[in-house]
Amino acid sequence: MEVFVVSLLNGLVYGMLLFMLASGLTLILSMMGVLNFAHASAYMLGAYFAYTISTYIGFWPALIIAPLLCGLIGAAIEMWGLRRVHRNGHIAELLFTFGLALIIEKVVQMSWGLLPVPYRVPELLDFPLFKIYGTQFPAYRAFMLAISAVMFGAIWLGLTRTRVGLVIQAALTHPDMASALGHNVPRIFTLVFAAGTALAGLAGVIGGNYQVTEPAMAFTMGPIVFVVVVFGGLGSLTGCFIASILMGLIQTFAVVFDVSLADLLAKFGFTVTSSTPFAEVLNVTLPRVGALLPFLLLVLILVFRPRGLMGTRDT
Amino acid sequence: MNTLHRHWPWLLVFVVLLAFPFLFYDWSKGRHSGFVLTLMSEIGVMAIFALSYNMLMGQAGLLSFGHAVLLGMGAYCAAHVVLLVKAGSFWLPTELVPLAGGLGGLFFGYVFGWLVTKQRATAFAMITMGLGELVSAAALMFMGFFGGEGGIAIDRVMDTSLLGVKYSSSWQVYCLVLAWAFIAAALMRLQTQTPLGSIANATRDNFERAQFVGYDPRVVRLYQFALSGFFAGIAGGLYVLIYEIVTFDTVSAAKSANALLAVYIGGAGGFFGPILGTIVVVLLQSGVSLLSNAWLLYVGVLFIVMVMYAPGGLIGLIFMHMPIWRAGRLRELALPYARAFPPALLVLLGFVFMVELASFTTIGAAQGKKFSIAGRIIDTTSPLPWVIAIAALVLGGLWLHREARSFRERWDALMEGAKKQDGVKIQGVKVQEAMS
Repeated sequence: MEVFVVSLLNGLVYGMLLFMLASGLTLILSMMGVLNFAHASAYMLGAYFAYTISTYIGFWPALIIAPLLCGLIGAAIEMWGLRRVHRNGHIAELLFTFGLALIIEKVVQMSWGLLPVPYRVPELLDFPLFKIYGTQFPAYRAFMLAISAVMFGAIWLGLTRTRVGLVIQAALTHPDMASALGHNVPRIFTLVFAAGTALAGLAGVIGGNYQVTEPAMAFTMGPIVFVVVVFGGLGSLTGCFIASILMGLIQTFAVVFDVSLADLLAKFGFTVTSSTPFAEVLNVTLPRVGALLPFLLLVLILVFRPRGLMGTRDT
Repeated sequence: MNTLHRHWPWLLVFVVLLAFPFLFYDWSKGRHSGFVLTLMSEIGVMAIFALSYNMLMGQAGLLSFGHAVLLGMGAYCAAHVVLLVKAGSFWLPTELVPLAGGLGGLFFGYVFGWLVTKQRATAFAMITMGLGELVSAAALMFMGFFGGEGGIAIDRVMDTSLLGVKYSSSWQVYCLVLAWAFIAAALMRLQTQTPLGSIANATRDNFERAQFVGYDPRVVRLYQFALSGFFAGIAGGLYVLIYEIVTFDTVSAAKSANALLAVYIGGAGGFFGPILGTIVVVLLQSGVSLLSNAWLLYVGVLFIVMVMYAPGGLIGLIFMHMPIWRAGRLRELALPYARAFPPALLVLLGFVFMVELASFTTIGAAQGKKFSIAGRIIDTTSPLPWVIAIAALVLGGLWLHREARSFRERWDALMEGAKKQDGVKIQGVKVQEAMS
């Protein structure tokens, strides 16, 4: 029971972090059809910016400045890069962001070095909030949850209650029609791209000190965020939210349960010995497979249900 | 006789490549330069790999992010075959080890292809990415087939050669690589002319029409994928023979990215673009990485520049000159090129200088290296070198911008003239618009 509650909380924290990244990406992908490989790079940049800013003026200003910087970079990428490549088709756009992700990783390596930087949780939040069954729950995780919940509310209100949000929703499914009605769709694209990158940056600010701030963080996080977006389905923020939480829970719970297929078979009376065919596959324990599960899900869902959980159209 | 008459360039290139290492032959010691031979072998293997990647990307319009899976699986299969032959389970000449890798690649290409070719375009790209991640994670997990982190080491001296060669020196291996590279390239070239190759083009350009004509695009994709796996597997088999070890990084995302970069930089439109791209990427990788930490940055920037300004790749850039060349007015471009050269060089130098400054302040300092040009150590923390680098970049950029305008005018005029002169439709870069 105690393991369950603690894992549930941790899974929720991780899931909300994933949602911050995935929400921006899902909007960009559904609206513009661009599979943005550089999205996780914005997450990394957010963490590094926050580290640098927090060494000079502290964590709290960094919480605001770093996402804004990321947003500006996102806007610049959209205006001067993606628009130019757009006429060569979606594949060219995808390749453009892929190259960008490579370059950003190298630039980060050259600016901050190859080793992880000591980006730490601010002292104000560095205390255990409460204890469940003898396990401490850090206040910072509660803070992460709060920030991401506020962001979720803000996105939802912004998309459903504001004029810009309604235009965005219209442009999600019918960009040509929205444009014909006199809305500046390219500007909406820039706005969404910038906002998405800023959100990814914010996720980096609060996630960088929760995980490790290192140059490889973008390439470890990136594929998982793709999985979330595909799993949730294109054009659906709710699906994206459910998929994020699910993926967070799956990844946390997979680490906890130390079982393998062999154990499962033993319950039914089969014993796996080293001479059984595929003994190695059967003996792998769940924590070791944990990192594999998202990709297994990605392949399966793309093969059998390409529109994802709540998507409105195929990927 | 007729075939020889028509295909003499292939033979010529083969002879030139065979003779090329002798330029670096150390006559005093009587041996080849090991570095050059390894580099050339690497280029050979990666060229087959890039060509097999282009069977998907160029021919069928399928963007894969996990192509290294096929290379790696072929390599693992070949390594196991070598081990079995050594153990005496069966007999196989060393020359045919790459074929064993190819058959392994074909098998896994069919199995994985059955999964991934259900989709096309972006969804295909994502499935292949997921598959790549799955296999590279599995390679670390399952010891039996993949050998874990240590990989599988072999000894290529098998004493089963058909030609009586031991393959103990890298020169002998280079000859084998070269022979296989030509066989594979010729087969892939022939494949583009088969009905399957043409239908693959058709499904790339307009898959709905191909469906109407009566072809199942899914099956076309599957066959194309499996065949591309065969050639990637051959590259994998050669990889094993060169390095005598196969580890999980042969299936890694970085290897897949390498193929993508090589194909796109070289140009996916023509058949020979990927080879050109491979040469550029491998030279940058092997040559620049000795001097600098930033080779991937240079490749990345080159890639982005290609995506933004020259979607046809290097080969496309060369082919853009064809109409002017046919009109016999290529000479008139010499002056505009000469005028654009100094600012372009200035921009390049400024950029490289700045990148190296940045790289040496962080990574270089951590590794205890010093930045020196012509024996003079440069203090990367002082402002002067930075000012010089930025000034070169900015001034060169402005100058290049000005020159580019007059260059464009001249270019457009020449193109116009060439069009009038031969009245043939311009065969410029074939932008892969249909791939979207």
